[in-house]
Amino acid sequence: MKSEIASSIPKSKLTLPIGGRDHIHGPIDAPIALQEYGDYECPYCGDAYPVVKAIQERLGDRLCFAFRNCPLVNAHPHAEHAAEAAEAAGTQGKFWEMHDKLFENQTALEDENLAQYAADLGLDARLINEVVAGAHAARVQEDFRSGARGGVNGTPTFFINGVRYDGAPDVDALLTALTQRHPH
Amino acid sequence: MTKPTSQNNNDTVLPAGTPAPEFSLHTTPDQTVKLSKFRRQPVVLAFYPADWSPVCGDQITLYNELLSEFQNLGAQLLGISVDGVWCHSAFSQNRKLRFPLLADFEPKGAVARLYGVYRENDGTSERALFVIDADGVIRWSYVSPVAVNPGAEGILSALEELQHKVEAK
Repeated sequence: MKSEIASSIPKSKLTLPIGGRDHIHGPIDAPIALQEYGDYECPYCGDAYPVVKAIQERLGDRLCFAFRNCPLVNAHPHAEHAAEAAEAAGTQGKFWEMHDKLFENQTALEDENLAQYAADLGLDARLINEVVAGAHAARVQEDFRSGARGGVNGTPTFFINGVRYDGAPDVDALLTALTQRHPH
Repeated sequence: MTKPTSQNNNDTVLPAGTPAPEFSLHTTPDQTVKLSKFRRQPVVLAFYPADWSPVCGDQITLYNELLSEFQNLGAQLLGISVDGVWCHSAFSQNRKLRFPLLADFEPKGAVARLYGVYRENDGTSERALFVIDADGVIRWSYVSPVAVNPGAEGILSALEELQHKVEAK
Protein backbone atom coordinates (compact mmCIF):
# COMPACT_ATOMS: atom_id res chain seq x y z
CA MET A 1 0.00 0.00 0.00
CA LYS A 2 2.85 2.29 0.90
CA SER A 3 4.33 2.26 -2.58
CA GLU A 4 0.94 2.64 -4.22
CA ILE A 5 0.26 5.78 -2.26
CA ALA A 6 3.72 7.14 -2.83
CA SER A 7 3.48 6.52 -6.56
CA SER A 8 0.07 8.12 -6.85
CA ILE A 9 1.56 11.60 -6.64
CA PRO A 10 3.63 12.59 -9.64
CA LYS A 11 7.12 13.96 -9.23
CA SER A 12 6.78 17.70 -9.41
CA LYS A 13 7.51 18.72 -12.93
CA LEU A 14 6.61 21.69 -15.05
CA THR A 15 3.47 20.74 -16.94
CA LEU A 16 3.85 23.66 -19.32
CA PRO A 17 7.41 23.66 -20.67
CA ILE A 18 9.23 26.94 -21.23
CA GLY A 19 8.31 28.08 -24.71
CA GLY A 20 7.33 30.90 -27.01
CA ARG A 21 4.65 32.21 -24.65
CA ASP A 22 7.20 32.87 -21.92
CA HIS A 23 9.27 35.86 -20.97
CA ILE A 24 12.77 34.53 -21.13
CA HIS A 25 16.20 35.94 -20.46
CA GLY A 26 19.04 34.10 -22.17
CA PRO A 27 18.97 31.75 -25.16
CA ILE A 28 15.93 29.47 -25.33
CA ASP A 29 18.24 26.56 -26.21
CA ALA A 30 20.64 27.22 -23.32
CA PRO A 31 21.75 24.00 -21.58
CA ILE A 32 20.33 25.13 -18.23
CA ALA A 33 16.76 26.36 -17.78
CA LEU A 34 15.64 28.09 -14.60
CA GLN A 35 11.94 28.81 -14.26
CA GLU A 36 10.59 30.97 -11.45
CA TYR A 37 6.98 31.28 -10.34
CA GLY A 38 6.87 34.52 -8.41
CA ASP A 39 4.75 37.25 -6.86
CA TYR A 40 5.93 40.88 -7.02
CA GLU A 41 4.62 41.64 -3.53
CA CYS A 42 6.04 38.51 -1.89
CA PRO A 43 9.02 39.32 0.35
CA TYR A 44 10.66 35.95 -0.31
CA CYS A 45 10.49 36.61 -4.05
CA GLY A 46 12.02 39.99 -3.31
CA ASP A 47 14.88 38.20 -1.54
CA ALA A 48 15.28 35.85 -4.50
CA TYR A 49 15.45 38.70 -7.05
CA PRO A 50 19.13 39.61 -6.48
CA VAL A 51 19.94 35.90 -6.20
CA VAL A 52 18.62 35.29 -9.70
CA LYS A 53 20.51 38.34 -10.99
CA ALA A 54 23.75 37.00 -9.52
CA ILE A 55 23.14 33.60 -11.05
CA GLN A 56 22.42 35.12 -14.46
CA GLU A 57 25.67 37.01 -14.24
CA ARG A 58 27.62 33.89 -13.32
CA LEU A 59 26.12 31.58 -15.92
CA GLY A 60 25.70 34.04 -18.78
CA ASP A 61 24.52 32.42 -22.00
CA ARG A 62 24.48 28.97 -20.48
CA LEU A 63 21.28 29.92 -18.66
CA CYS A 64 17.76 30.53 -19.87
CA PHE A 65 15.71 32.18 -17.12
CA ALA A 66 11.93 32.39 -17.40
CA PHE A 67 9.49 34.13 -15.08
CA ARG A 68 5.82 33.28 -14.67
CA ASN A 69 3.29 35.01 -12.46
CA CYS A 70 1.96 33.44 -9.31
CA PRO A 71 0.24 36.30 -7.46
CA LEU A 72 -1.11 35.26 -4.05
CA VAL A 73 -3.89 37.80 -4.16
CA ASN A 74 -5.44 37.11 -0.77
CA ALA A 75 -2.13 37.56 0.99
CA HIS A 76 -0.86 40.35 -1.29
CA PRO A 77 -3.49 42.84 -2.41
CA HIS A 78 -1.19 44.57 -4.94
CA ALA A 79 0.27 41.46 -6.51
CA GLU A 80 -2.30 40.99 -9.25
CA HIS A 81 -2.08 44.49 -10.72
CA ALA A 82 1.69 44.39 -10.43
CA ALA A 83 1.77 41.12 -12.41
CA GLU A 84 -0.58 42.56 -15.02
CA ALA A 85 1.55 45.70 -15.27
CA ALA A 86 4.60 43.58 -16.07
CA GLU A 87 2.60 41.72 -18.72
CA ALA A 88 1.32 45.01 -20.12
CA ALA A 89 4.90 46.29 -20.28
CA GLY A 90 5.77 43.03 -22.03
CA THR A 91 3.37 43.83 -24.87
CA GLN A 92 5.39 47.04 -25.32
CA GLY A 93 8.67 45.11 -25.29
CA LYS A 94 9.74 46.03 -21.76
CA PHE A 95 8.74 43.08 -19.58
CA TRP A 96 12.09 42.69 -17.83
CA GLU A 97 12.49 46.40 -17.24
CA MET A 98 9.11 46.49 -15.46
CA HIS A 99 9.85 43.20 -13.69
CA ASP A 100 13.00 44.74 -12.21
CA LYS A 101 11.23 47.98 -11.24
CA LEU A 102 8.55 46.06 -9.39
CA PHE A 103 10.97 43.92 -7.42
CA GLU A 104 13.07 46.96 -6.62
CA ASN A 105 9.99 48.78 -5.31
CA GLN A 106 8.03 46.04 -3.59
CA THR A 107 6.52 48.34 -1.01
CA ALA A 108 5.19 50.83 -3.58
CA LEU A 109 2.85 48.89 -5.82
CA GLU A 110 -0.29 51.05 -5.80
CA ASP A 111 -1.84 51.74 -9.20
CA GLU A 112 -0.35 55.25 -9.22
CA ASN A 113 3.09 53.77 -8.57
CA LEU A 114 2.61 51.37 -11.50
CA ALA A 115 1.63 54.30 -13.72
CA GLN A 116 4.76 56.13 -12.62
CA TYR A 117 7.00 53.15 -13.40
CA ALA A 118 5.42 52.91 -16.83
CA ALA A 119 6.19 56.60 -17.39
CA ASP A 120 9.76 56.14 -16.10
CA LEU A 121 10.27 53.37 -18.64
CA GLY A 122 8.84 55.47 -21.45
CA LEU A 123 5.84 53.20 -21.92
CA ASP A 124 2.48 54.18 -23.34
CA ALA A 125 0.49 55.88 -20.59
CA ARG A 126 -2.53 53.72 -21.40
CA LEU A 127 -0.73 50.84 -19.67
CA ILE A 128 -2.38 51.54 -16.35
CA ASN A 129 -5.84 51.66 -17.95
CA GLU A 130 -5.21 48.24 -19.44
CA VAL A 131 -4.23 47.00 -16.00
CA VAL A 132 -7.29 48.42 -14.30
CA ALA A 133 -9.51 46.98 -17.06
CA GLY A 134 -7.95 43.55 -16.54
CA ALA A 135 -6.71 43.32 -20.13
CA HIS A 136 -3.83 41.05 -19.08
CA ALA A 137 -5.64 39.14 -16.34
CA ALA A 138 -6.18 36.02 -18.46
CA ARG A 139 -2.49 35.72 -19.15
CA VAL A 140 -1.65 36.01 -15.44
CA GLN A 141 -4.30 33.43 -14.64
CA GLU A 142 -2.84 31.05 -17.23
CA ASP A 143 0.57 31.36 -15.55
CA PHE A 144 -0.98 30.79 -12.13
CA ARG A 145 -2.87 27.69 -13.24
CA SER A 146 0.15 26.18 -14.94
CA GLY A 147 1.92 26.58 -11.61
CA ALA A 148 -0.83 24.93 -9.59
CA ARG A 149 -0.77 21.96 -11.97
CA GLY A 150 2.96 21.83 -12.11
CA GLY A 151 3.77 21.54 -8.44
CA VAL A 152 4.20 25.15 -7.34
CA ASN A 153 3.92 25.01 -3.55
CA GLY A 154 4.44 28.62 -2.56
CA THR A 155 6.34 31.64 -3.82
CA PRO A 156 8.92 31.68 -5.12
CA THR A 157 9.01 28.19 -6.63
CA PHE A 158 11.91 27.37 -8.92
CA PHE A 159 12.20 24.62 -11.52
CA ILE A 160 15.55 23.54 -12.88
CA ASN A 161 15.25 21.98 -16.33
CA GLY A 162 11.61 21.33 -15.54
CA VAL A 163 12.00 19.70 -12.12
CA ARG A 164 11.03 21.52 -8.93
CA TYR A 165 13.94 22.74 -6.85
CA ASP A 166 13.25 22.27 -3.13
CA GLY A 167 16.59 23.55 -1.81
CA ALA A 168 17.47 26.90 -0.29
CA PRO A 169 16.96 29.90 -2.58
CA ASP A 170 20.48 31.28 -2.13
CA VAL A 171 23.18 31.79 -4.75
CA ASP A 172 25.49 28.96 -3.71
CA ALA A 173 22.83 26.29 -3.32
CA LEU A 174 21.06 27.25 -6.53
CA LEU A 175 24.30 27.46 -8.52
CA THR A 176 25.32 24.04 -7.28
CA ALA A 177 21.99 22.57 -8.31
CA LEU A 178 22.02 24.37 -11.65
CA THR A 179 25.51 23.26 -12.62
CA GLN A 180 25.30 19.72 -11.25
CA ARG A 181 24.65 18.19 -14.63
CA HIS A 182 26.37 20.88 -16.64
CA PRO A 183 29.80 21.38 -15.05
CA HIS A 184 32.02 24.21 -16.24
CA MET B 1 7.79 22.79 20.04
CA THR B 2 9.64 19.50 19.88
CA LYS B 3 11.31 18.63 16.64
CA PRO B 4 9.07 16.43 14.51
CA THR B 5 10.24 12.84 14.45
CA SER B 6 10.93 11.08 11.20
CA GLN B 7 8.15 8.55 11.81
CA ASN B 8 5.48 8.68 9.21
CA ASN B 9 2.07 7.09 8.95
CA ASN B 10 2.38 5.82 5.40
CA ASP B 11 1.32 2.38 6.58
CA THR B 12 -1.73 3.45 8.58
CA VAL B 13 -3.26 6.15 6.36
CA LEU B 14 -6.69 5.13 5.08
CA PRO B 15 -6.27 4.17 1.43
CA ALA B 16 -8.44 4.82 -1.62
CA GLY B 17 -11.62 2.77 -1.60
CA THR B 18 -12.25 3.14 2.15
CA PRO B 19 -15.46 4.86 3.27
CA ALA B 20 -14.43 8.16 4.87
CA PRO B 21 -15.10 8.01 8.63
CA GLU B 22 -17.83 10.46 9.67
CA PHE B 23 -16.96 13.30 12.04
CA SER B 24 -18.42 16.47 13.46
CA LEU B 25 -15.96 19.19 14.51
CA HIS B 26 -16.06 22.80 15.56
CA THR B 27 -14.99 25.33 12.97
CA THR B 28 -15.91 28.36 15.12
CA PRO B 29 -16.91 28.47 18.80
CA ASP B 30 -20.59 28.10 17.88
CA GLN B 31 -20.48 26.25 14.55
CA THR B 32 -19.77 22.64 13.79
CA VAL B 33 -19.13 20.95 10.47
CA LYS B 34 -20.21 17.40 9.73
CA LEU B 35 -18.53 15.51 6.91
CA SER B 36 -21.80 13.95 5.71
CA LYS B 37 -23.18 17.43 5.12
CA PHE B 38 -21.08 17.47 1.95
CA ARG B 39 -22.53 14.36 0.30
CA ARG B 40 -23.19 15.00 -3.39
CA GLN B 41 -19.92 16.87 -3.78
CA PRO B 42 -16.26 15.90 -3.44
CA VAL B 43 -14.44 16.98 -0.29
CA VAL B 44 -10.74 17.76 0.02
CA LEU B 45 -9.67 17.06 3.59
CA ALA B 46 -6.27 18.64 4.28
CA PHE B 47 -4.70 17.60 7.60
CA TYR B 48 -1.78 19.81 8.60
CA PRO B 49 0.31 19.82 11.79
CA ALA B 50 -0.36 23.31 13.13
CA ASP B 51 -1.62 26.81 12.49
CA TRP B 52 1.17 29.42 12.17
CA SER B 53 4.12 27.12 11.49
CA PRO B 54 5.84 28.39 8.31
CA VAL B 55 5.38 25.44 5.97
CA CYS B 56 1.72 24.97 6.92
CA GLY B 57 1.25 28.68 6.44
CA ASP B 58 2.48 28.39 2.89
CA GLN B 59 0.40 25.31 2.21
CA ILE B 60 -2.79 26.74 3.63
CA THR B 61 -2.14 30.10 1.94
CA LEU B 62 -1.64 28.32 -1.37
CA TYR B 63 -4.89 26.37 -1.03
CA ASN B 64 -6.69 29.60 -0.20
CA GLU B 65 -5.41 31.09 -3.45
CA LEU B 66 -6.44 27.96 -5.34
CA LEU B 67 -9.92 27.83 -3.88
CA SER B 68 -11.55 28.74 -7.19
CA GLU B 69 -9.68 25.86 -8.88
CA PHE B 70 -11.11 23.44 -6.31
CA GLN B 71 -14.55 25.02 -6.67
CA ASN B 72 -14.41 24.72 -10.46
CA LEU B 73 -14.01 21.01 -9.90
CA GLY B 74 -17.04 21.05 -7.60
CA ALA B 75 -15.09 20.38 -4.42
CA GLN B 76 -15.33 21.68 -0.86
CA LEU B 77 -11.99 22.24 0.87
CA LEU B 78 -11.68 21.62 4.63
CA GLY B 79 -8.49 22.26 6.62
CA ILE B 80 -8.02 20.30 9.82
CA SER B 81 -5.48 20.40 12.66
CA VAL B 82 -5.38 19.80 16.41
CA ASP B 83 -5.48 23.55 17.11
CA GLY B 84 -8.49 24.95 18.97
CA VAL B 85 -11.20 27.20 17.52
CA TRP B 86 -9.76 30.47 18.83
CA CYS B 87 -6.38 29.68 17.35
CA HIS B 88 -8.01 28.75 14.04
CA SER B 89 -10.05 31.92 14.09
CA ALA B 90 -6.99 34.16 14.62
CA PHE B 91 -5.02 32.27 11.96
CA SER B 92 -7.90 32.39 9.54
CA GLN B 93 -8.36 36.15 9.97
CA ASN B 94 -4.66 36.79 9.67
CA ARG B 95 -4.37 34.84 6.41
CA LYS B 96 -7.79 35.91 5.10
CA LEU B 97 -8.81 32.31 4.61
CA ARG B 98 -12.02 31.63 2.70
CA PHE B 99 -12.54 28.00 3.68
CA PRO B 100 -13.25 26.39 7.07
CA LEU B 101 -10.57 25.15 9.44
CA LEU B 102 -11.75 22.34 11.69
CA ALA B 103 -10.55 21.93 15.28
CA ASP B 104 -9.57 18.30 15.95
CA PHE B 105 -9.02 19.47 19.50
CA GLU B 106 -11.13 17.49 22.00
CA PRO B 107 -10.54 14.62 22.26
CA LYS B 108 -7.27 15.71 20.74
CA GLY B 109 -6.53 14.27 17.31
CA ALA B 110 -9.51 11.90 17.38
CA VAL B 111 -10.32 12.46 13.70
CA ALA B 112 -6.66 12.25 12.68
CA ARG B 113 -6.55 8.85 14.44
CA LEU B 114 -9.66 7.74 12.56
CA TYR B 115 -7.94 8.53 9.28
CA GLY B 116 -4.68 6.91 10.38
CA VAL B 117 -2.62 10.11 10.31
CA TYR B 118 -1.97 11.00 13.97
CA ARG B 119 1.64 11.41 15.09
CA GLU B 120 1.72 10.13 18.66
CA ASN B 121 5.19 11.46 19.45
CA ASP B 122 4.48 14.98 18.21
CA GLY B 123 0.87 15.33 19.31
CA THR B 124 -0.13 16.58 15.87
CA SER B 125 -1.46 15.10 12.66
CA GLU B 126 0.58 14.31 9.61
CA ARG B 127 0.54 16.61 6.63
CA ALA B 128 -1.99 14.35 4.91
CA LEU B 129 -4.42 14.87 2.07
CA PHE B 130 -7.66 13.02 1.31
CA VAL B 131 -9.97 13.42 -1.65
CA ILE B 132 -13.42 12.04 -0.79
CA ASP B 133 -16.02 11.51 -3.51
CA ALA B 134 -19.68 12.55 -3.48
CA ASP B 135 -20.66 9.17 -1.99
CA GLY B 136 -18.32 9.62 0.96
CA VAL B 137 -15.62 7.22 -0.22
CA ILE B 138 -11.91 8.10 -0.07
CA ARG B 139 -10.62 8.19 -3.65
CA TRP B 140 -7.08 9.44 -3.06
CA SER B 141 -4.87 9.84 -0.02
CA TYR B 142 -1.35 11.06 0.43
CA VAL B 143 0.99 11.61 3.39
CA SER B 144 3.68 14.20 2.76
CA PRO B 145 6.87 14.43 4.78
CA VAL B 146 5.96 16.88 7.58
CA ALA B 147 8.52 19.47 6.46
CA VAL B 148 7.46 19.41 2.79
CA ASN B 149 4.59 21.44 1.42
CA PRO B 150 2.81 18.97 -0.89
CA GLY B 151 1.35 21.66 -3.15
CA ALA B 152 -1.94 21.03 -4.92
CA GLU B 153 -1.17 19.05 -8.05
CA GLY B 154 -2.11 15.69 -6.48
CA ILE B 155 -5.45 17.04 -5.25
CA LEU B 156 -6.26 18.64 -8.59
CA SER B 157 -5.44 15.45 -10.50
CA ALA B 158 -7.57 13.35 -8.15
CA LEU B 159 -10.50 15.76 -8.46
CA GLU B 160 -10.20 15.77 -12.24
CA GLU B 161 -10.22 12.01 -12.30
CA LEU B 162 -13.40 12.04 -10.20
CA GLN B 163 -15.01 14.45 -12.59
CA HIS B 164 -14.15 12.24 -15.57
CA LYS B 165 -15.69 9.25 -13.81
CA VAL B 166 -18.89 11.17 -13.08
CA GLU B 167 -19.08 12.34 -16.70
CA ALA B 168 -18.52 8.78 -17.94
CA LYS B 169 -21.49 7.48 -15.94
